This record gives sequence, C-alpha cells and structure tokens, in this order.
Amino acid sequence: MSSTSPRLSSSYLALRELFASRIAVLDGAMGSMIQTYKLEEPDFRGDRFRDHLHDLKGDNDLLCLTRPDVIGQIHRNYFEAGADIVETNTFNSTTISQADYHLEAVVPEVNRAAVRIAREAARAAEAATPGRRCFVAGAIGPLNRTLSMSPDVNRPEFRAVTWAQVVQAYTEQIRALVEAGADALLVETIFDTLNAKAALFAVEQVFDERGERLPVMISVTITDASGRTLSGQTVGAFYASIRHATPFSVGINCALGGRQMRPYIEELARIAECQVTCYPNAGLPNAFGGYDETPADMAAVLADFADAGFVNLVGGCCGSTPEHIRAIAAAVRSRPPRRLPDQPVHDLRLSGLEVLQVS
Amino acid sequence: MRTASNFLVIGERTNITGSPKFSKAIKAGDWSAALEIALQQVANGANVIDINVDEALIDGEATMVKFLNLIAAEPDIARVPVMIDSSKWSVLEAGLQCLQGKGIVNSISLKDGEAEFLRRAKLVRRYGAAAVVMAFDEQGQAATCAEKVRICTRAYRLLVDQAGFPPEDIIFDPNILTVATGIEEHNTYAVDFFEATREIKRTLPHARVSGGVSNVSFSFRGNNTVREAMHTIFLSHAIEAGLDMAIVNAGMLGVDEDIPAELREHIEDVLLNRRPDATERLIVLAEQIKAAATPRDKAAGPVEAADSWRSLPAEERLKHALIKGIDAFVEADTEEVRAKLPRPLDVIEGPLMDGMRVVGDLFGAGKMFLPQVVKSARVMKKSVAYLTPYMEKEKEATGAASNAGRILLATVKGDVHDIGKNIVGVVLACNNYEVIDLGVMVPCDKIIGVAREKRVNAIGLSGLITPSLDEMVHVAKELRREGFDLPLLIGGATTSAAHTAVRIAPEYPHGVVHVLDASRVVNVASALLSSVHKPSFLDEVRTKQERLREDFAGRQGQRNLLPIADARARRTPCDWASVDIPRPEFLGTKVYDPVPLEDIVPFIDWGPFFSAWEIRGRYPDLLEDPIVGPEATRLFNDAKLLLARIIAERRYTARAVVAFWPANSIGDDVEVYADEQRSHRLATFRFLRQQLVKPEGQSQHALSDFIAPLDSGRLDYLGGFAVTAGHGVEQFATEFKAAHDDYSAIMAQALGDRIAEALAELTHKRARDLCGFGRQENLSIDEIIREKYRGIRPAAGYPACPDHTEKPLLFSLLDATAVTGIALTESCAMTPASSVSGLYFNHPDSKYFAVGKLAKDQVEDYAARKGWPLAEAERWLAPYLGYIT
Repeated sequence: MSSTSPRLSSSYLALRELFASRIAVLDGAMGSMIQTYKLEEPDFRGDRFRDHLHDLKGDNDLLCLTRPDVIGQIHRNYFEAGADIVETNTFNSTTISQADYHLEAVVPEVNRAAVRIAREAARAAEAATPGRRCFVAGAIGPLNRTLSMSPDVNRPEFRAVTWAQVVQAYTEQIRALVEAGADALLVETIFDTLNAKAALFAVEQVFDERGERLPVMISVTITDASGRTLSGQTVGAFYASIRHATPFSVGINCALGGRQMRPYIEELARIAECQVTCYPNAGLPNAFGGYDETPADMAAVLADFADAGFVNLVGGCCGSTPEHIRAIAAAVRSRPPRRLPDQPVHDLRLSGLEVLQVS
Repeated sequence: MRTASNFLVIGERTNITGSPKFSKAIKAGDWSAALEIALQQVANGANVIDINVDEALIDGEATMVKFLNLIAAEPDIARVPVMIDSSKWSVLEAGLQCLQGKGIVNSISLKDGEAEFLRRAKLVRRYGAAAVVMAFDEQGQAATCAEKVRICTRAYRLLVDQAGFPPEDIIFDPNILTVATGIEEHNTYAVDFFEATREIKRTLPHARVSGGVSNVSFSFRGNNTVREAMHTIFLSHAIEAGLDMAIVNAGMLGVDEDIPAELREHIEDVLLNRRPDATERLIVLAEQIKAAATPRDKAAGPVEAADSWRSLPAEERLKHALIKGIDAFVEADTEEVRAKLPRPLDVIEGPLMDGMRVVGDLFGAGKMFLPQVVKSARVMKKSVAYLTPYMEKEKEATGAASNAGRILLATVKGDVHDIGKNIVGVVLACNNYEVIDLGVMVPCDKIIGVAREKRVNAIGLSGLITPSLDEMVHVAKELRREGFDLPLLIGGATTSAAHTAVRIAPEYPHGVVHVLDASRVVNVASALLSSVHKPSFLDEVRTKQERLREDFAGRQGQRNLLPIADARARRTPCDWASVDIPRPEFLGTKVYDPVPLEDIVPFIDWGPFFSAWEIRGRYPDLLEDPIVGPEATRLFNDAKLLLARIIAERRYTARAVVAFWPANSIGDDVEVYADEQRSHRLATFRFLRQQLVKPEGQSQHALSDFIAPLDSGRLDYLGGFAVTAGHGVEQFATEFKAAHDDYSAIMAQALGDRIAEALAELTHKRARDLCGFGRQENLSIDEIIREKYRGIRPAAGYPACPDHTEKPLLFSLLDATAVTGIALTESCAMTPASSVSGLYFNHPDSKYFAVGKLAKDQVEDYAARKGWPLAEAERWLAPYLGYIT
C-alpha cells in the first residue's frame, strides 16, 4: 500500500477482526420481506409523494423515506436472528435506476436515510447485547442499463448508457452512503462486470475525496449452470477484472441456490486473496416465483461450504428470511472460517471472458 | 514455435499501423472484415490481441470504442484479453471504459515527466488494467542496456513505491530496435535488449517484459523469409533472457528447427553481434535467399548479372560499387585494393577517383541523379574513412593528398537550413574537392577566420530565408574589408541571380557567383579554381550581372507602383454584413504534444521532397517517368523505409500549438484581443499591401483585407500556429554523418522538413474543424494537400507577409518556444529547422498572393507603424524594395 493511499476506516479494522475470529453472517432478503407487509401505492407515496406524477409502488428503496418503520423492523429482525451485517435498502438507489420512477432528485436523501435506519437498528441490537458489534453495509446494486451489452440485437456496438454516466450515478450514491456513515460498501448482484468496474471506479474517487477507505465487498451473480455471468465471464475472469479494487471480500450471490453454486464458490475460494462470501437464494425459484429451501436446507448447504473451507461470510439472498439467517448463523457458529493465503500472489492475471494467468 | 510454457503471444494484426488489411477494413468501415482479422488472431493462438486504430483521419476514440463494443458481442474473440494500443492517452482511456475484462494499456512512459506518468498510472490502475511501460523518459528512448535498465528501474520505483501500482501489473517494453542498419552503434541493439530483459527480470520483482518484435528486422523489409527467421531466433534468445510476451503476427511464427543452419548462424551473428561483418554477410545471404525465392523467369537473369560483379578484380569491384552506390562490401574491397597498391593514397587516386569521375560525368550528362550521386559519395566516404588511419601512419603522405581545391561552406548567421548546402558539399566531395562545412548559423568572423586559417580556395554561402540575403551582403563587405580575393559562391532557396548581381556582387570585386543548384556547382567550382579558366569565366559572369543590374534599374523606372493611399482604396472588397465568420470552439492556445508521427504521415506532400533531391517533375507522375522514374522510385522507397524507422523508433518529436484570438482589422493592421468584448488588445499584426498596379477590376491585396474591419461592427477571429517535427532530426542526421552516410543524413533532414509541412497541413485541418466549417469540407487527403479547402495559413517571411519580424510577435502570443521548443534566431529563422509557423485566415475568399515590390511611401508608412527608423524597414524588406536606396 502506498503512502498516499487513504487510511483505513475504523470499521475496516473492526470488520477485519470479526472475519479473523469466525465466519461472519450477513442478513437475508429485503424484497421478499417487504412483500410480507402487503404495502400498497399510498404506503409507497406517503404524504410527501402523494402528488408524484408516476406510480411508485414497487420502488422498495423509496420506503426508506415513506415507511422507515417497515425497513427498520426488517433490519432489527435480521440482527435479532444473528446477522453481523445488514445491507441498506438501497439496491436501486442510483439516479439511473430511480429514473424509472422519475425520482432522481431524491437519490442522495434515500441513501442517507437508508444508512440512518440501518444504523439505528444496529445500535438497538448492540444495546440489547452488550459487547456485540453490528455493521451496516451500503448496498450498491447493478443498474437497469449495462455497459457491456447492447439492448438492440441489430446494433451490437450500441450502448444505452456511457461509462461516464454510470460513474456519475454511482458516485452520487456512494458519496451519500459514505457521508451517512456506512461501515462498508457492498457492490452486489453483479451481472455485468463493466458496470461493477464503473462502480468500483466511483468508490475509489469517493475514498480519495474523503481520505478514508472503507471495506469494499464485491459479490457477483453466476446466472446459470454455464458458470458464467450474464455478460459472459467465468468466475476466474471476473476475479481478475475486479482484483485491482483491493476488495475486502469477493463472493457470489443471487440467481442460484447454494447447491448449484458449489463449483463456483469452490473456484473463488481457491483463487481469491481476500475474504470469500456466499449468500445464495433460498433455492431455485419454483413455478410460482417463490423459493422452497427451508432454513435447515440452506443452513446445511452453507455448513458444508464452511466445512470445505470455502467461506468467510454467509447469508441469504432472494427468498431467505430471518428464520433462514437464524439457522445459518447457528450452523456456522462453531465452524472455522476459510484461511486466507499467507503469501501475496504476484501472478499477472488478465481476462477477457476467460482468465489468462501468468505465473 | 518453441516457447517457454508461460510465454504470451500478443496478436498484432489488429494494429492499423502494421496491418494494411486491418487498416483498409477500418478505413472502409468494413467492421465484419475487421472482426474477422481479430478472430483469426485468436484462432491462430494469440493469447491477447493488440488493438490500435491510430490513424490521422480516423476519430481514434470513437473507432476504438466501436471496435471494442463489437468485439464484446463476439464471444470467440472476447474470450481473450485486449491490449489497447495507442499513442494517444484519450484513445487509451476511451478504450479502458469499454473493457469488462482486465486488459493491458500500451503504453505509458516517463516521456512527459513524472507527474503525468503517475497520473496515468493511477488511472490505469483505477480502470483495472495492466500497463506496458516503455523505456522512454524525458530525454528520449533508451537504446543501450544501461539506459533501458535505468529508465525501467526509475519507472518501477515510482509505480510501486509512490503509486501503489501492483508490480505484477507492470509490463516493461525496453524497445526492440532495428539491427543490421549499417550503423555501427545499432549492432548491439539486440544484445542490449536481451541483457536489459535479463537485468529487469532479475532486479525488478514480478514485473514482466514485452516487446514488438517486427521492428528488429526492419532492414530486411520485403524479405519475409529472412524477417520471420530473424523474429523466431530473436524470440528464442529473448525468451531465454526472460521475455514474457511479445507482439507478433500469431499466424506467422516460424519454427526454430525449420531455419536452415547457415541462415540461423548468420542471423545469430547479427543479433548477438558476434562479428564485425555480420550485417554484410547477412545482407548477401538475404539477397541470395530472396533471389532463390523469386520465380526464375522473372528474376534469375538479372540477379545473376547483379551478382556477377563480385567476381571482378578488387579495383573494378570498388569502382563498380562506387558507381552503383553499393556500400555493403566497401571495407573488404578497400582493404583488398590497399593491400595490392604501394600507398593507401593510391586507392583514392586510382579506383575511387576513376569511379567518381564516371559518376561526375554521368551526373553532368543528366544520366545519373542526385540521390545516386549522394549514395556514391557514401561509398567514397566509407572507403576513405577506412583508409585514413593507414594514411596517417604513412607520415610522408601527410599533406601530400592532392585534391582539386578546398572549399568552405556555411549557412549564414541567423539561418538554420542546410539540406541544399549539404547536398552541394557531397557533390563537391565527389569531385575531389576538400569541403570544410561549418554548418549552420555561422557568424561572419568565423567564416573569415577559418577561410584564412585553412587557406581555402573558395567560399560558399547558403541561406533559405530572406534576412540571410542581407547577411550575405554583410559577409561580402567584410571579406573585401579583410582583403580577401578568393571567389564567393552564393546559393540557397532565397537567393537569385538578380539579387546576387544587384546587392552582393557590387560589394565584392573578386567574383560573386550565384549557383542555382547542386548540379551546377562543379562546373562553377572547377572554372573558378582554374587559373586558366577563371578570368574568362568571371568576365562572363560579370557581363551577365551587369545586364541584370541594368534590367533591375530599368524596371524601377517603368514599374508602376500605386501610391499607398490609392492601393488602399483598391482593397479586396467584401460584404462584411453578410459574410460567414465562424466562431472557433475555443479562444487562446491549444497545445498538441506530442503529435503521433503516424497521424502526420498521410499529410505528406511528396512533391517538394523530390525537388529537394533535384529530381524535377510532378509527383507522382515522375515515378513513372522513363528517365528519372527508376531512380525516383528507388529514392522514394528509401525514403519510406527511413520514414518507417523514424516512426518505429520515435526518432522525431512533433509538437504543435494552435490559437485563435478575437480580431479586427484597422487599415492594413490586424488587432487581436484578449476576449470577445475587446476589453484588452493583445497585439497588432502589421501587413503589407500590393502596390504593383493591377488590371481594372482587380484588387490590391493585403492580408488584413480578410479580417472584418473594426468599423464593420462585426467581431472576427485570427488564428495562429507553430508546429515542429524537428526535435531529433539533427541528432539522427549526425548519427548517419558519423557513419559516413550523407545520403541517409540528407534523407533524414528532408523527411523532417516534409513531416513538419505535413504537420502544418494536419494542424490546419484541425484548426478548420475547430472553427466548424472544416467538419463539412469532405475532402480527401489529396485534396487537402492540394489546398482545396477554405482559408489560408500564410507564414511570416513568405510572399503574402514578407516581414520575418512578425514571427517573434506570433511566437510570444503562442508562447511557442515554451510549448513547442522552437526558438527564433536573430534573423527570425525557426530552429529546429523542420518547423512551420503562420496565421490562419478563415475568410471564404482568402487566398495566397505575393505582395511584390513596395514603393517608398508604404515602406515609410510601415516603418512608422512598426516604430522603426526607415533604414530598419528597408533592411528587413530589402528584397521587396521597388526603389533604389
């Protein structure tokens, strides 16, 4: 690390300590939990957006402003179930994604509110169990526009968005998350690595601005049994593409259930020089779009990963609930975390869709 | 090919500068053909593909983005990493924004200083790429092992210690340079690369080494068999030294074992610098291989004939080599003849002079052309250089060397142009004159001092810019004052028989002869140095000069110069209310540093290049001319070969500065302002108006007519520029001269001039684009070279604005010396010589014209405007005065 690099935040040191001691636990799904509240259009609008000209139902992130009670309750439930880290409800809180709802203007505010709500839940949990440390990770989702793929099959060179626009949108989100006091940043559900690289570019800019470096957690989504991202990369190629961001952790989430993820998380555990994370869906979606894996099923799969020495953090993605997290936390509690490589690996790792490693 | 298991092959075919097929596809917008080439590289085993779209008329950023986006949609190509290759940072950055994988940037270097290097390195890292770091620093490109290692080590320490750049993401390119060029210091270039690679790998942990291999074999262009063998053998040595990857044609890598033992040995002799004659031996073998590979019916006969002279006696071989300009065997043949003859001097006075006489005769008869003469001179010089130590040993020979006479040559003070003078020097040397060349910017007292000390037989003065005429008059006066009586030769683009007759000859009574070009110099010199012919020759010259003076005086009387007030009344008309005045995209200056040479080359106008070599005719027709065509073609090929080297080795540095200022004309002046509110006047340019009476209906032009007058109520804009390609030219020429290769030295200078002019054309194109109207002009490069566009770029000192002293004003507004490194001499010549500066006029009717002769009323008016005494104005404008002072 060079002398001119930003210093590490106190949360960085605290998280490093947590990960050194045991397998950490992340929360579970936010979206499917919100669904259980059966919220309707007026809930999403609240007073403030009563006259907004566009439908707002479905804009889950907006609930940070209009139903902070719901979001806060979900966070509290996850902490209570044993999560060490919860993710802010900001998966779509960028100007590009919020443009669907014509809500670009409130993006910084949503992000700040989301951190505040999660922080309050963390404080409550810490107060309930003296000595416990609870963390808030700022969630940074993919976008509805991608830099690597054309939306128009007849014009493969076309892109619906530019690098500069993506960096700009992510910078706004990240600046708000960091200013509001997030302990870590989690760039997640990555299906286009170029979008993720733009997010990481923005992350570095914000760290430079602030002179402080938070832990950067990165999680990719392997779409199907091809073992590749939606934009075509293998796990190895993906890791080579994001390694420059000196991530605190790298992992896989969403799209698959834990059972289907095994070969990819195994590969990642083999190559990653940082912590490895895994938070799968509660199985593959069933015919009704729901998820069938029980808390015990999920916990068994992740316990197997822990026994195999693959993981440093586990949790749940779509379909998982506080009950899933409770079972998972219990399952990994007595299992040792994956050991990080002792020596830095100085291979030149290049990638296209596949990795090219020169030792 | 045999490689270390981890060696990476970087496909080079998607590089526009090295692949004509890719270049054609990109230029034609044939994207599927371009993708096919990329796919072929991957199919042929490229581990990485190098993509380069650096080409002058291509929008590099947009093209790079489009091609990378297209590749992203082709999984069979996109599976491999991309090396984004450009000399422009903006193109590299645009490319980085398109790569989801981890690619390589090719390249960054310390060329622009540490701060810029670190800034780019930080961004490369932030974009998530590895970087090729060239062994290049503020001083230039590293050639020796020590320099390569020093620069790479410095870059490594900066990257790793200061920028936190991961050492495994550093890929050094320690410059693979061309060997077997005939220049001795190039012989170690391959060894330098191998050793530097070994040292870098040993001392800079985790860093990799790469290189562009095809450069090593540039000398053998056109001979693919030898080139591929060279690449294969080079690679096996380089890999052994630790090379990790190389940019090569993935489809054309040879197999070590397939290379015949003899060829392998000869190539290794060259690459490993194992014997002094390695280059000559490989050239001979290469020619044999090429001949054998050529279909028999076409080439066998001539090749045998071409080779048969090698079986002649040594004296005949030397003579033949001299006449044909072949320098490959000159040292061995010289040695053979020297061993036979009693004295080394006999070699010169025997076969060498015999050969040069034939050359002189053929040249005089118009059967040989200047480039051939210069090549012959190269053979002569190399032979003489070989003999010199023997002659020095032979004491009694000292001073005994007989020659036709000793001639001093100098480009006068304030002037830096010397291509023509160098050619004259070579031609004189070929004809057994001893030439003392004092170079450029030679002050008068030095000319006099050396002339006296060396007891020369004649002095030749050269100059290209008009103030040099005045300096020549000064030298003539001083020679007279110092009591010299030797003849004076006058030459150079700005000189003329008339000026010599009217201005110089009256100052010096012992013979002042204007020499039109190099082909005349031998006749003039031999007449002047012969006691028999000198009197009659000088009488003839004096008679001609007297007639020229009478003509001049006569024209003064007849010449109808309009009073300046009347001339101003006939200014170029313009409807200022309606004329289109484009507003530039920016005001103030914009610097392009460096301008990639590859971008400039397409704008080269080759016509003047052939004029410089005194080959007359229109380009390209002259290439097909039955008489000069073959030699012109050879010359052209040599030029292109050297140009390729200049580019590949980045020999010259090109820089440009462009500016636009709000401006209005007031009379014959143009004022430029700091802003569009005209709140502050930056400077005033002074122009001169035509006074020679023109037919009814025509105007008396001044350049100020093309800028909106202040009282028109409209704001106009004046542009200015200064460009140079000269940094590196003199050094390159000097290297050749040191190797007794004047042919290549002159070529290096002539190409420098062409590149500078081409850069002026390219920069003007950019300037028009920046004003908007250029984007709609839709002209081919040919049409651009023929100036089919709107607007002009007259240069101070040239016919439309003949006063050179406007140049310092332009330079200070542009801050030209600081940003381009061009300096001005006391005569306002630009140095380095390969530089161009001038003003941009965008008016749709603006055109070039000659101001022509000036009447005293305008010169007085001009002196007042410039704040000069009249004599000062008359001195600077001397060639244009239409009256006798």
